[in-house]
Amino acid sequence: MSPVLFFIITSVIKMIVVFTVIMVGVAFMTLVERRLCAFMQDRLGPNRVGPFGLLQPAADGLKNIVKEETYPAFADKWLFILAPAISFTPALLTFAVIPFAAPLATKWGVVPMVVADLPVGFLYILAISSLGVYGIVLAGWASNNKYALLGGLRASAQMISYEIAMGMSTVAVLLLAGNVTLSQVITEQQQGWWNIGSLLVAFFLFLISALAETNRVPFDLPEAEGELIAGYHTEYSSMKFSMFYIAEYSNMLTASALMATLFFGGWDLGLVHWDASQGLVWWQVLITLGVFCAKTSFFVLLYMWIRWTMPRFRYDQLMALGWKVMLPISLVYLTILAAAIWYLKVELGMSYGKHFAQALTGVNVVLFVILVWVLDRGRIVSGTALRKAA
Amino acid sequence: MAIGVKVLKRPTASTSYLRATAKGMMLTASHIFRPKVTMQYPEEKGSHDWTMASRWRGTHRMLTDEQGRAKCVACGLCPQICPANCIKLVPGEDEQGNRYPLIYEIDEFRCVFCGYCQEVCPEEAIHVGWHYENAEYSRDRFVYDLERLCAQTHPVSTLWDPADPKGE
Repeated sequence: MSPVLFFIITSVIKMIVVFTVIMVGVAFMTLVERRLCAFMQDRLGPNRVGPFGLLQPAADGLKNIVKEETYPAFADKWLFILAPAISFTPALLTFAVIPFAAPLATKWGVVPMVVADLPVGFLYILAISSLGVYGIVLAGWASNNKYALLGGLRASAQMISYEIAMGMSTVAVLLLAGNVTLSQVITEQQQGWWNIGSLLVAFFLFLISALAETNRVPFDLPEAEGELIAGYHTEYSSMKFSMFYIAEYSNMLTASALMATLFFGGWDLGLVHWDASQGLVWWQVLITLGVFCAKTSFFVLLYMWIRWTMPRFRYDQLMALGWKVMLPISLVYLTILAAAIWYLKVELGMSYGKHFAQALTGVNVVLFVILVWVLDRGRIVSGTALRKAA
Repeated sequence: MAIGVKVLKRPTASTSYLRATAKGMMLTASHIFRPKVTMQYPEEKGSHDWTMASRWRGTHRMLTDEQGRAKCVACGLCPQICPANCIKLVPGEDEQGNRYPLIYEIDEFRCVFCGYCQEVCPEEAIHVGWHYENAEYSRDRFVYDLERLCAQTHPVSTLWDPADPKGE
């Protein structure tokens, strides 16, 4: 088999499998979210359709497909139809560069377990994920509804603000790896240890801005039910409404997978490091896939846990947090980290490895303790009245 | 700042977002493992701490005598008192001069379930029922005729609390 043919066949298979798994995963995430929130509220949640309610997503999908589609009389019809597609597509596209398992060795060659192992890896994610905001803004604009428009405006301001903090926090990862390819980031973490230790503060910043990027509680201002009805998707019904939900959940899935990849070693097992440069045999690949799924679902559950715990920020608090807290902190952190890496690499002449990671972990723990101490003073996220009085 | 707003100087522990978040997340996590309060309706229709009140007023029931005939004597008091005007009664008379209803229909859609018909009935014939599951496939099924009213088997409402008949 020629390498080109082999590449095409494996890529097509990977695309189909990844797409299917994400769509099914998203469907089940809606069920898990509903069951989990019910449990947190001492209820049982949907348990009627199928065993433990497992067929509920199918029932929801069926319902959404056969429901009537409504079009607001004064909506911009083309944009109104286009908006769900625009928000849905980038949400799925971003997953393409995330390695979900160790490469598989076959007799025709090594198959990287990622849809597209792009050299620009992380830059692609930053580029595509910021396209998602267009879908939301256009939905808000095209609906010709003041609440939808407000939701769209909030979404654009919020996502642009937090994109900066998110980008800054990931620059730390790229500084350490010296590369933007995500499979290289994983290899780098295998040499030292997981970035959660050596880049603790970056992880904290990334976690917060990823919450804001995916419009999840406590940053769900674009769809604040209490004040904006449902924000940008107020006017949508049936499958179009569902598309926004699929987009939201696949964004959440991608953000979780990204956190697992950037800070928790991706498919790496942690205790033993399998050298995957020549590819691994199938059972090892399956184990790494399981490890990756476990890490990703942990973050998905964390998202849900946060959602059903926290109240929503006020809009000025959101903006103040984004611009006055997250951005300066990430800039200062990046400066300190770059200096630390420079000192370790150039002055001490260390190459990346266990000791390097340990030294960075020390720096990060100190910084993190300082950060928590400052945050705990209660001056950063507080009411307007309190801030004015201070 | 608006005039008269008093800003409280709260201690750090009560204004820290981080501590509040951690506390809240522990609380929600602990609730996952607590017993659930959901009553699984079609299977369970009551629990140790929830039962329907005996005064519940639901769809009607006509009581019958030993021969299986409706106790109603077609006196006309219930259509007279009915505030929703949902009872249709056409009286008839047999050879012995006993009045009985030729037509007795209750439109359960119009009914407001006030229970006046039961209260006013001198023969204790018409009753509002201790019953609430009323799904039907068509609207006309909600007009109950005499036969159907007699065929109902659910318990009847007590209208007042037997332990406290005067409502004290």
